[in-house]
Amino acid sequence: MATTMVKENNAGPAQLLGPESASERTLYPYVTGTSVVALKYKDGILMAADMAASYGSTLRYKSVERMKSIGKHSLLGASGEISDFQEILRYLDELILYDNMWDDGNSLGPKEVHSYLTRVMYNRRNKFNPLWNSLVLGGVKNGQKYLGMVSMIGVNFEDNHVATGFGNHLARPILRDEWHENLSFEDGVKLLEKCMRVLLYRDRSAINKLQIAKITEEGVTISQPYALKTFWGFSAFQNPTVGAEGSW
Amino acid sequence: MTKQQANWSPYDNNGGSCVAIAGADYCVIAADTRMSTGYSILTREYSKICKLAEKSVMASSGFQADVKALQKHLAARHLIYQHQHNKHMSCPAMAQLLSNTLYYKRFFPYYAFNVLGGLDSEGKGCVYTYDAVGSYERVGYSAQGSGSTLIMPFLDNQLKSPSPLLLPAQDAVTPLSELEAVDLIKTVFASATERDIYTGDKLEIVVLNADGIRREYMELRKD
Repeated sequence: MATTMVKENNAGPAQLLGPESASERTLYPYVTGTSVVALKYKDGILMAADMAASYGSTLRYKSVERMKSIGKHSLLGASGEISDFQEILRYLDELILYDNMWDDGNSLGPKEVHSYLTRVMYNRRNKFNPLWNSLVLGGVKNGQKYLGMVSMIGVNFEDNHVATGFGNHLARPILRDEWHENLSFEDGVKLLEKCMRVLLYRDRSAINKLQIAKITEEGVTISQPYALKTFWGFSAFQNPTVGAEGSW
Repeated sequence: MTKQQANWSPYDNNGGSCVAIAGADYCVIAADTRMSTGYSILTREYSKICKLAEKSVMASSGFQADVKALQKHLAARHLIYQHQHNKHMSCPAMAQLLSNTLYYKRFFPYYAFNVLGGLDSEGKGCVYTYDAVGSYERVGYSAQGSGSTLIMPFLDNQLKSPSPLLLPAQDAVTPLSELEAVDLIKTVFASATERDIYTGDKLEIVVLNADGIRREYMELRKD
Protein backbone atom coordinates (compact mmCIF):
# COMPACT_ATOMS: atom_id res chain seq x y z
CA MET A 1 0.00 0.00 0.00
CA ALA A 2 1.81 3.20 -1.20
CA THR A 3 1.78 6.19 1.10
CA THR A 4 -0.13 8.94 -0.64
CA MET A 5 0.24 11.61 2.00
CA VAL A 6 2.91 12.65 4.45
CA LYS A 7 0.73 14.77 6.75
CA GLU A 8 0.36 13.79 10.38
CA ASN A 9 -2.94 12.16 11.10
CA ASN A 10 -4.13 11.29 14.57
CA ALA A 11 -7.29 9.63 13.31
CA GLY A 12 -7.43 5.84 13.06
CA PRO A 13 -6.16 3.98 10.02
CA ALA A 14 -9.69 3.86 8.57
CA GLN A 15 -9.53 7.61 7.93
CA LEU A 16 -6.61 7.21 5.53
CA LEU A 17 -8.79 5.38 3.06
CA GLY A 18 -10.39 8.65 2.00
CA PRO A 19 -14.06 9.59 1.83
CA GLU A 20 -15.28 5.98 1.69
CA SER A 21 -13.86 5.10 5.16
CA ALA A 22 -14.26 1.60 6.51
CA SER A 23 -16.73 1.31 9.34
CA GLU A 24 -15.28 1.06 12.83
CA ARG A 25 -18.36 -0.58 14.27
CA THR A 26 -18.44 -4.03 15.77
CA LEU A 27 -19.08 -6.62 13.08
CA TYR A 28 -18.16 -9.90 14.77
CA PRO A 29 -17.06 -10.94 18.22
CA TYR A 30 -13.44 -12.13 18.57
CA VAL A 31 -12.76 -13.39 22.10
CA THR A 32 -15.91 -14.91 23.50
CA GLY A 33 -17.20 -16.51 26.67
CA THR A 34 -19.86 -19.21 26.61
CA SER A 35 -22.97 -19.80 28.72
CA VAL A 36 -23.87 -18.30 32.07
CA VAL A 37 -26.58 -20.03 34.15
CA ALA A 38 -28.35 -18.54 37.17
CA LEU A 39 -31.26 -19.32 39.46
CA LYS A 40 -33.08 -17.87 42.45
CA TYR A 41 -32.86 -19.85 45.67
CA LYS A 42 -34.05 -19.38 49.23
CA ASP A 43 -31.56 -16.71 50.32
CA GLY A 44 -30.74 -15.04 47.00
CA ILE A 45 -29.24 -15.82 43.62
CA LEU A 46 -26.80 -18.53 42.50
CA MET A 47 -24.87 -18.04 39.26
CA ALA A 48 -22.38 -20.26 37.46
CA ALA A 49 -19.99 -19.68 34.56
CA ASP A 50 -16.88 -21.43 33.36
CA MET A 51 -13.59 -19.60 33.02
CA ALA A 52 -12.93 -20.03 29.31
CA ALA A 53 -12.57 -17.35 26.65
CA SER A 54 -12.31 -18.67 23.09
CA TYR A 55 -10.69 -17.01 20.09
CA GLY A 56 -12.83 -18.59 17.40
CA SER A 57 -12.25 -22.32 17.82
CA THR A 58 -9.14 -21.92 19.99
CA LEU A 59 -9.61 -22.09 23.76
CA ARG A 60 -7.29 -19.11 24.22
CA TYR A 61 -7.77 -18.06 27.84
CA LYS A 62 -8.64 -20.38 30.68
CA SER A 63 -8.77 -18.12 33.74
CA VAL A 64 -11.29 -15.48 32.79
CA GLU A 65 -13.68 -14.37 35.51
CA ARG A 66 -16.97 -13.84 33.73
CA MET A 67 -18.90 -12.93 36.87
CA LYS A 68 -18.30 -9.74 38.82
CA SER A 69 -20.00 -8.07 41.75
CA ILE A 70 -21.53 -4.67 41.10
CA GLY A 71 -22.00 -2.31 44.01
CA LYS A 72 -23.37 -3.83 47.20
CA HIS A 73 -26.42 -5.63 45.84
CA SER A 74 -25.74 -7.02 42.39
CA LEU A 75 -23.84 -9.70 40.51
CA LEU A 76 -23.22 -9.52 36.76
CA GLY A 77 -22.39 -12.49 34.57
CA ALA A 78 -21.62 -12.13 30.86
CA SER A 79 -21.21 -14.29 27.81
CA GLY A 80 -20.07 -13.07 24.40
CA GLU A 81 -17.24 -10.66 23.57
CA ILE A 82 -14.96 -10.32 26.62
CA SER A 83 -13.60 -6.88 25.69
CA ASP A 84 -17.17 -5.55 25.53
CA PHE A 85 -17.79 -7.09 28.97
CA GLN A 86 -14.76 -5.21 30.28
CA GLU A 87 -16.15 -2.02 28.73
CA ILE A 88 -19.46 -2.61 30.48
CA LEU A 89 -17.62 -3.09 33.78
CA ARG A 90 -15.98 0.31 33.23
CA TYR A 91 -19.42 1.90 32.63
CA LEU A 92 -20.76 0.25 35.78
CA ASP A 93 -17.72 1.34 37.79
CA GLU A 94 -18.52 4.92 36.91
CA LEU A 95 -22.21 4.40 37.68
CA ILE A 96 -21.50 2.95 41.13
CA LEU A 97 -18.89 5.60 41.82
CA TYR A 98 -21.34 8.44 41.21
CA ASP A 99 -23.93 6.57 43.26
CA ASN A 100 -21.51 6.32 46.18
CA MET A 101 -20.49 9.95 45.86
CA TRP A 102 -24.02 11.04 46.72
CA ASP A 103 -23.25 9.56 50.13
CA ASP A 104 -26.94 9.57 51.02
CA GLY A 105 -27.37 6.06 52.36
CA ASN A 106 -29.07 4.93 49.16
CA SER A 107 -27.50 2.47 46.78
CA LEU A 108 -28.44 1.16 43.34
CA GLY A 109 -30.18 -2.21 43.56
CA PRO A 110 -30.22 -5.00 40.97
CA LYS A 111 -33.42 -3.67 39.33
CA GLU A 112 -31.77 -0.30 38.74
CA VAL A 113 -28.56 -1.80 37.40
CA HIS A 114 -30.55 -4.09 35.11
CA SER A 115 -32.52 -1.12 33.81
CA TYR A 116 -29.30 0.83 33.18
CA LEU A 117 -27.72 -2.08 31.31
CA THR A 118 -30.85 -2.54 29.20
CA ARG A 119 -30.75 1.11 28.16
CA VAL A 120 -27.02 0.93 27.35
CA MET A 121 -27.41 -2.23 25.23
CA TYR A 122 -30.48 -0.88 23.42
CA ASN A 123 -28.82 2.45 22.68
CA ARG A 124 -25.74 0.79 21.23
CA ARG A 125 -28.00 -1.39 19.06
CA ASN A 126 -29.76 1.75 17.83
CA LYS A 127 -26.41 3.14 16.70
CA PHE A 128 -25.67 -0.16 14.91
CA ASN A 129 -22.61 -0.66 17.12
CA PRO A 130 -23.68 -3.28 19.66
CA LEU A 131 -21.90 -4.52 22.74
CA TRP A 132 -21.73 -8.18 21.80
CA ASN A 133 -22.82 -9.69 25.13
CA SER A 134 -25.65 -11.52 26.82
CA LEU A 135 -25.75 -10.30 30.38
CA VAL A 136 -27.20 -11.93 33.49
CA LEU A 137 -27.91 -9.60 36.37
CA GLY A 138 -28.85 -10.98 39.78
CA GLY A 139 -29.11 -9.53 43.25
CA VAL A 140 -30.94 -9.06 46.52
CA LYS A 141 -31.99 -5.78 48.06
CA ASN A 142 -34.21 -5.32 51.08
CA GLY A 143 -35.12 -8.97 51.01
CA GLN A 144 -36.30 -8.81 47.41
CA LYS A 145 -34.57 -11.25 45.08
CA TYR A 146 -34.06 -10.20 41.45
CA LEU A 147 -32.74 -12.08 38.44
CA GLY A 148 -32.79 -10.71 34.91
CA MET A 149 -31.17 -10.95 31.51
CA VAL A 150 -30.29 -8.52 28.69
CA SER A 151 -29.28 -9.54 25.18
CA MET A 152 -27.02 -7.64 22.77
CA ILE A 153 -29.97 -6.01 21.03
CA GLY A 154 -31.70 -4.96 24.23
CA VAL A 155 -34.21 -7.79 24.72
CA ASN A 156 -34.63 -8.09 28.48
CA PHE A 157 -36.73 -9.95 31.00
CA GLU A 158 -36.62 -11.29 34.52
CA ASP A 159 -37.44 -14.80 35.65
CA ASN A 160 -36.71 -17.38 38.37
CA HIS A 161 -33.92 -18.89 36.30
CA VAL A 162 -32.03 -17.65 33.23
CA ALA A 163 -29.26 -18.83 30.96
CA THR A 164 -27.34 -17.41 28.01
CA GLY A 165 -26.17 -18.97 24.76
CA PHE A 166 -26.17 -22.77 24.80
CA GLY A 167 -27.49 -22.65 28.32
CA ASN A 168 -30.81 -21.52 26.90
CA HIS A 169 -31.12 -24.76 24.98
CA LEU A 170 -29.49 -27.22 27.37
CA ALA A 171 -29.87 -25.79 30.89
CA ARG A 172 -33.29 -24.06 30.82
CA PRO A 173 -35.23 -27.32 30.24
CA ILE A 174 -33.50 -28.90 33.28
CA LEU A 175 -34.28 -25.81 35.33
CA ARG A 176 -37.90 -25.76 34.18
CA ASP A 177 -38.26 -29.33 35.34
CA GLU A 178 -36.39 -29.20 38.65
CA TRP A 179 -36.44 -25.64 39.94
CA HIS A 180 -38.85 -24.79 42.71
CA GLU A 181 -39.30 -21.96 45.20
CA ASN A 182 -37.07 -21.90 48.29
CA LEU A 183 -34.30 -24.16 47.08
CA SER A 184 -31.67 -24.65 49.75
CA PHE A 185 -28.13 -23.57 48.99
CA GLU A 186 -26.95 -27.18 48.57
CA ASP A 187 -29.85 -28.07 46.26
CA GLY A 188 -29.30 -24.91 44.23
CA VAL A 189 -25.63 -25.69 43.74
CA LYS A 190 -26.44 -29.31 42.83
CA LEU A 191 -28.94 -28.10 40.23
CA LEU A 192 -26.49 -25.59 38.75
CA GLU A 193 -23.76 -28.23 38.62
CA LYS A 194 -26.13 -30.56 36.81
CA CYS A 195 -26.71 -27.85 34.18
CA MET A 196 -23.01 -27.03 33.90
CA ARG A 197 -22.13 -30.73 33.50
CA VAL A 198 -24.51 -31.08 30.54
CA LEU A 199 -23.00 -27.94 29.02
CA LEU A 200 -19.51 -29.31 29.59
CA TYR A 201 -20.38 -32.51 27.74
CA ARG A 202 -22.15 -30.84 24.87
CA ASP A 203 -20.75 -27.29 24.37
CA ARG A 204 -17.37 -27.39 22.65
CA SER A 205 -16.39 -23.96 23.99
CA ALA A 206 -16.92 -25.03 27.61
CA ILE A 207 -14.08 -26.16 29.86
CA ASN A 208 -14.08 -28.05 33.13
CA LYS A 209 -13.08 -25.12 35.28
CA LEU A 210 -15.95 -23.17 36.71
CA GLN A 211 -16.94 -20.76 39.42
CA ILE A 212 -20.21 -20.54 41.28
CA ALA A 213 -21.22 -17.16 42.66
CA LYS A 214 -23.73 -16.53 45.40
CA ILE A 215 -25.42 -13.26 46.25
CA THR A 216 -27.57 -12.78 49.32
CA GLU A 217 -28.60 -9.83 51.46
CA GLU A 218 -25.19 -10.16 53.17
CA GLY A 219 -23.21 -9.75 49.94
CA VAL A 220 -21.42 -11.53 47.13
CA THR A 221 -19.22 -14.63 47.32
CA ILE A 222 -17.53 -16.00 44.23
CA SER A 223 -16.09 -19.47 44.71
CA GLN A 224 -12.58 -20.55 43.85
CA PRO A 225 -12.37 -22.25 40.46
CA TYR A 226 -13.04 -25.97 40.59
CA ALA A 227 -13.79 -28.89 38.27
CA LEU A 228 -16.86 -31.10 37.97
CA LYS A 229 -16.66 -34.87 38.11
CA THR A 230 -17.29 -36.32 34.67
CA PHE A 231 -17.75 -39.83 33.39
CA TRP A 232 -16.38 -41.00 30.08
CA GLY A 233 -16.32 -44.77 30.72
CA PHE A 234 -19.12 -45.69 28.35
CA SER A 235 -18.67 -48.98 26.58
CA ALA A 236 -19.38 -47.32 23.26
CA PHE A 237 -16.24 -45.24 23.77
CA GLN A 238 -14.14 -48.40 24.13
CA ASN A 239 -13.21 -49.69 20.69
CA PRO A 240 -15.10 -46.98 18.87
CA THR A 241 -14.29 -48.42 15.47
CA VAL A 242 -15.75 -51.83 16.13
CA GLY A 243 -18.12 -52.51 13.25
CA ALA A 244 -16.34 -50.06 10.93
CA GLU A 245 -12.79 -51.43 10.45
CA GLY A 246 -10.41 -48.96 8.90
CA SER A 247 -12.21 -46.00 10.43
CA TRP A 248 -10.76 -43.92 13.28
CA MET B 1 -12.97 -2.69 -1.29
CA THR B 2 -16.50 -4.19 -1.20
CA LYS B 3 -18.84 -2.71 1.37
CA GLN B 4 -19.02 -4.94 4.43
CA GLN B 5 -22.46 -6.35 5.20
CA ALA B 6 -23.88 -6.54 8.69
CA ASN B 7 -24.08 -10.08 10.03
CA TRP B 8 -26.31 -9.32 12.94
CA SER B 9 -29.85 -8.04 12.83
CA PRO B 10 -31.00 -5.15 15.01
CA TYR B 11 -34.43 -6.80 15.08
CA ASP B 12 -35.77 -9.99 16.59
CA ASN B 13 -39.31 -11.30 16.81
CA ASN B 14 -40.23 -12.22 20.35
CA GLY B 15 -43.67 -13.41 19.29
CA GLY B 16 -47.03 -13.34 21.01
CA SER B 17 -50.54 -12.27 20.17
CA CYS B 18 -52.63 -9.28 21.27
CA VAL B 19 -56.37 -8.76 20.99
CA ALA B 20 -58.76 -5.96 21.93
CA ILE B 21 -62.55 -5.81 21.77
CA ALA B 22 -64.68 -2.69 22.30
CA GLY B 23 -68.12 -2.83 23.89
CA ALA B 24 -70.85 -0.27 24.56
CA ASP B 25 -69.41 0.72 27.93
CA TYR B 26 -66.29 -1.43 28.35
CA CYS B 27 -63.12 -2.45 26.57
CA VAL B 28 -61.25 -5.75 26.84
CA ILE B 29 -57.54 -5.93 26.04
CA ALA B 30 -55.74 -9.26 26.15
CA ALA B 31 -52.33 -10.73 25.33
CA ASP B 32 -50.47 -13.96 26.03
CA THR B 33 -47.42 -13.91 28.32
CA ARG B 34 -44.93 -15.96 26.33
CA MET B 35 -41.68 -14.38 25.17
CA SER B 36 -39.68 -16.35 22.58
CA THR B 37 -36.70 -16.04 20.31
CA GLY B 38 -36.24 -18.33 17.35
CA TYR B 39 -37.41 -21.76 18.51
CA SER B 40 -36.65 -21.10 22.22
CA ILE B 41 -38.88 -19.77 24.95
CA LEU B 42 -37.16 -17.06 26.99
CA THR B 43 -39.80 -16.72 29.64
CA ARG B 44 -43.38 -17.81 30.22
CA GLU B 45 -44.42 -14.83 32.32
CA TYR B 46 -43.85 -11.61 30.43
CA SER B 47 -46.62 -9.02 30.28
CA LYS B 48 -47.21 -7.34 26.91
CA ILE B 49 -49.91 -5.06 28.30
CA CYS B 50 -49.12 -1.53 29.46
CA LYS B 51 -51.48 0.99 31.03
CA LEU B 52 -50.63 4.30 29.43
CA ALA B 53 -53.38 6.50 30.93
CA GLU B 54 -56.45 6.22 33.08
CA LYS B 55 -58.56 5.01 30.16
CA SER B 56 -55.93 3.83 27.68
CA VAL B 57 -54.31 0.41 27.72
CA MET B 58 -51.92 -0.77 25.04
CA ALA B 59 -50.95 -4.30 24.14
CA SER B 60 -47.93 -4.77 21.86
CA SER B 61 -46.14 -7.74 20.40
CA GLY B 62 -43.10 -7.95 18.14
CA PHE B 63 -39.55 -7.01 19.12
CA GLN B 64 -39.60 -6.71 22.91
CA ALA B 65 -36.79 -4.13 23.27
CA ASP B 66 -38.61 -1.78 20.86
CA VAL B 67 -41.93 -2.42 22.63
CA LYS B 68 -40.35 -1.54 26.00
CA ALA B 69 -38.77 1.62 24.55
CA LEU B 70 -42.10 2.62 22.96
CA GLN B 71 -44.01 2.08 26.22
CA LYS B 72 -41.43 4.13 28.16
CA HIS B 73 -41.60 6.91 25.58
CA LEU B 74 -45.40 7.12 25.67
CA ALA B 75 -45.52 6.95 29.48
CA ALA B 76 -43.04 9.83 29.66
CA ARG B 77 -45.02 11.90 27.14
CA HIS B 78 -48.20 11.21 29.10
CA LEU B 79 -46.58 12.43 32.32
CA ILE B 80 -45.56 15.67 30.59
CA TYR B 81 -49.11 16.05 29.26
CA GLN B 82 -50.52 15.65 32.77
CA HIS B 83 -48.16 18.32 34.08
CA GLN B 84 -49.04 20.71 31.28
CA HIS B 85 -52.82 20.16 31.06
CA ASN B 86 -53.69 18.99 34.56
CA LYS B 87 -55.62 15.99 33.28
CA HIS B 88 -55.12 12.52 31.79
CA MET B 89 -54.91 12.07 28.03
CA SER B 90 -58.09 10.79 26.41
CA CYS B 91 -57.89 7.54 24.48
CA PRO B 92 -58.27 9.19 21.02
CA ALA B 93 -55.48 11.62 21.94
CA MET B 94 -53.22 8.78 23.03
CA ALA B 95 -54.07 6.99 19.78
CA GLN B 96 -52.81 9.93 17.73
CA LEU B 97 -49.69 10.24 19.89
CA LEU B 98 -48.86 6.58 19.36
CA SER B 99 -49.29 6.96 15.61
CA ASN B 100 -47.02 10.01 15.49
CA THR B 101 -44.40 8.32 17.68
CA LEU B 102 -44.31 5.31 15.39
CA TYR B 103 -44.06 7.37 12.21
CA TYR B 104 -41.28 9.46 13.70
CA LYS B 105 -39.11 6.35 13.32
CA ARG B 106 -40.39 5.64 9.82
CA PHE B 107 -36.86 4.91 8.54
CA PHE B 108 -35.74 2.69 11.44
CA PRO B 109 -39.10 1.51 12.75
CA TYR B 110 -40.16 0.26 16.14
CA TYR B 111 -40.86 -3.38 15.33
CA ALA B 112 -43.99 -3.29 17.46
CA PHE B 113 -47.51 -4.39 16.52
CA ASN B 114 -49.94 -2.57 18.72
CA VAL B 115 -53.55 -2.50 19.72
CA LEU B 116 -54.70 0.37 21.87
CA GLY B 117 -57.90 -0.09 23.86
CA GLY B 118 -59.83 2.18 26.17
CA LEU B 119 -62.87 4.31 26.75
CA ASP B 120 -63.50 7.45 24.71
CA SER B 121 -64.70 10.73 26.20
CA GLU B 122 -68.31 9.44 26.13
CA GLY B 123 -67.42 6.29 28.04
CA LYS B 124 -67.86 4.03 25.00
CA GLY B 125 -65.29 1.34 24.30
CA CYS B 126 -62.75 2.14 21.58
CA VAL B 127 -60.05 0.06 19.96
CA TYR B 128 -57.32 1.39 17.68
CA THR B 129 -55.16 -0.93 15.62
CA TYR B 130 -51.71 -0.08 14.23
CA ASP B 131 -49.02 -1.29 11.90
CA ALA B 132 -45.31 -0.88 12.70
CA VAL B 133 -45.01 2.61 11.19
CA GLY B 134 -48.07 4.26 12.68
CA SER B 135 -50.90 3.72 10.21
CA TYR B 136 -53.98 3.42 12.44
CA GLU B 137 -57.73 3.10 12.43
CA ARG B 138 -60.48 3.05 15.03
CA VAL B 139 -62.26 -0.30 14.93
CA GLY B 140 -64.62 -2.39 17.03
CA TYR B 141 -62.08 -5.20 17.59
CA SER B 142 -58.61 -6.18 16.43
CA ALA B 143 -55.84 -8.75 16.74
CA GLN B 144 -52.09 -8.22 16.21
CA GLY B 145 -49.00 -10.33 16.53
CA SER B 146 -47.98 -13.85 15.59
CA GLY B 147 -51.47 -15.32 16.11
CA SER B 148 -53.36 -12.49 14.45
CA THR B 149 -53.91 -14.40 11.20
CA LEU B 150 -55.55 -17.17 13.20
CA ILE B 151 -57.57 -14.91 15.50
CA MET B 152 -58.82 -12.12 13.24
CA PRO B 153 -60.97 -14.27 10.89
CA PHE B 154 -62.66 -15.84 13.90
CA LEU B 155 -63.40 -12.43 15.42
CA ASP B 156 -64.75 -11.30 12.05
CA ASN B 157 -67.09 -14.25 12.12
CA GLN B 158 -68.31 -13.60 15.67
CA LEU B 159 -68.24 -9.81 15.81
CA LYS B 160 -68.50 -8.59 12.25
CA SER B 161 -68.85 -4.83 12.37
CA PRO B 162 -71.27 -3.13 10.02
CA SER B 163 -69.63 -1.34 7.12
CA PRO B 164 -68.46 2.19 7.96
CA LEU B 165 -70.01 3.29 4.63
CA LEU B 166 -73.56 2.61 5.75
CA LEU B 167 -76.02 5.44 6.39
CA PRO B 168 -77.13 6.16 9.06
CA ALA B 169 -73.73 5.47 10.69
CA GLN B 170 -73.83 2.29 12.75
CA ASP B 171 -71.86 1.50 15.87
CA ALA B 172 -68.71 -0.56 15.37
CA VAL B 173 -68.71 -1.72 18.97
CA THR B 174 -70.05 -5.12 19.78
CA PRO B 175 -73.45 -5.59 21.44
CA LEU B 176 -71.96 -8.44 23.49
CA SER B 177 -71.89 -8.08 27.26
CA GLU B 178 -68.59 -7.76 29.11
CA LEU B 179 -68.64 -11.37 30.32
CA GLU B 180 -69.45 -12.67 26.85
CA ALA B 181 -66.58 -10.68 25.37
CA VAL B 182 -64.12 -12.02 27.98
CA ASP B 183 -65.35 -15.53 27.24
CA LEU B 184 -64.81 -14.97 23.52
CA ILE B 185 -61.25 -13.79 24.20
CA LYS B 186 -60.50 -16.94 26.19
CA THR B 187 -61.87 -19.14 23.41
CA VAL B 188 -59.90 -17.29 20.79
CA PHE B 189 -56.58 -17.58 22.62
CA ALA B 190 -57.09 -21.24 23.44
CA SER B 191 -57.51 -21.87 19.72
CA ALA B 192 -54.60 -19.70 18.63
CA THR B 193 -52.36 -21.50 21.17
CA GLU B 194 -53.09 -24.81 19.46
CA ARG B 195 -51.66 -23.77 16.14
CA ASP B 196 -49.29 -20.85 16.76
CA ILE B 197 -46.02 -21.88 18.40
CA TYR B 198 -45.36 -18.39 19.70
CA THR B 199 -48.66 -18.10 21.55
CA GLY B 200 -49.27 -19.87 24.84
CA ASP B 201 -48.29 -20.24 28.53
CA LYS B 202 -50.71 -17.76 30.08
CA LEU B 203 -53.34 -15.28 28.99
CA GLU B 204 -53.57 -11.86 30.60
CA ILE B 205 -56.89 -10.04 30.25
CA VAL B 206 -57.47 -6.42 31.21
CA VAL B 207 -61.02 -5.06 31.35
CA LEU B 208 -61.63 -1.29 31.36
CA ASN B 209 -65.04 0.03 32.30
CA ALA B 210 -66.71 2.87 34.17
CA ASP B 211 -65.82 1.23 37.52
CA GLY B 212 -62.14 1.17 36.70
CA ILE B 213 -59.72 -1.51 35.64
CA ARG B 214 -59.76 -5.26 36.26
CA ARG B 215 -57.14 -7.91 35.51
CA GLU B 216 -57.72 -11.63 34.93
CA TYR B 217 -55.42 -14.55 34.06
CA MET B 218 -56.02 -17.89 32.36
CA GLU B 219 -53.59 -20.77 31.85
CA LEU B 220 -52.81 -21.75 28.26
CA ARG B 221 -50.99 -24.74 26.83
CA LYS B 222 -47.28 -24.61 27.52
CA ASP B 223 -46.06 -26.58 24.53
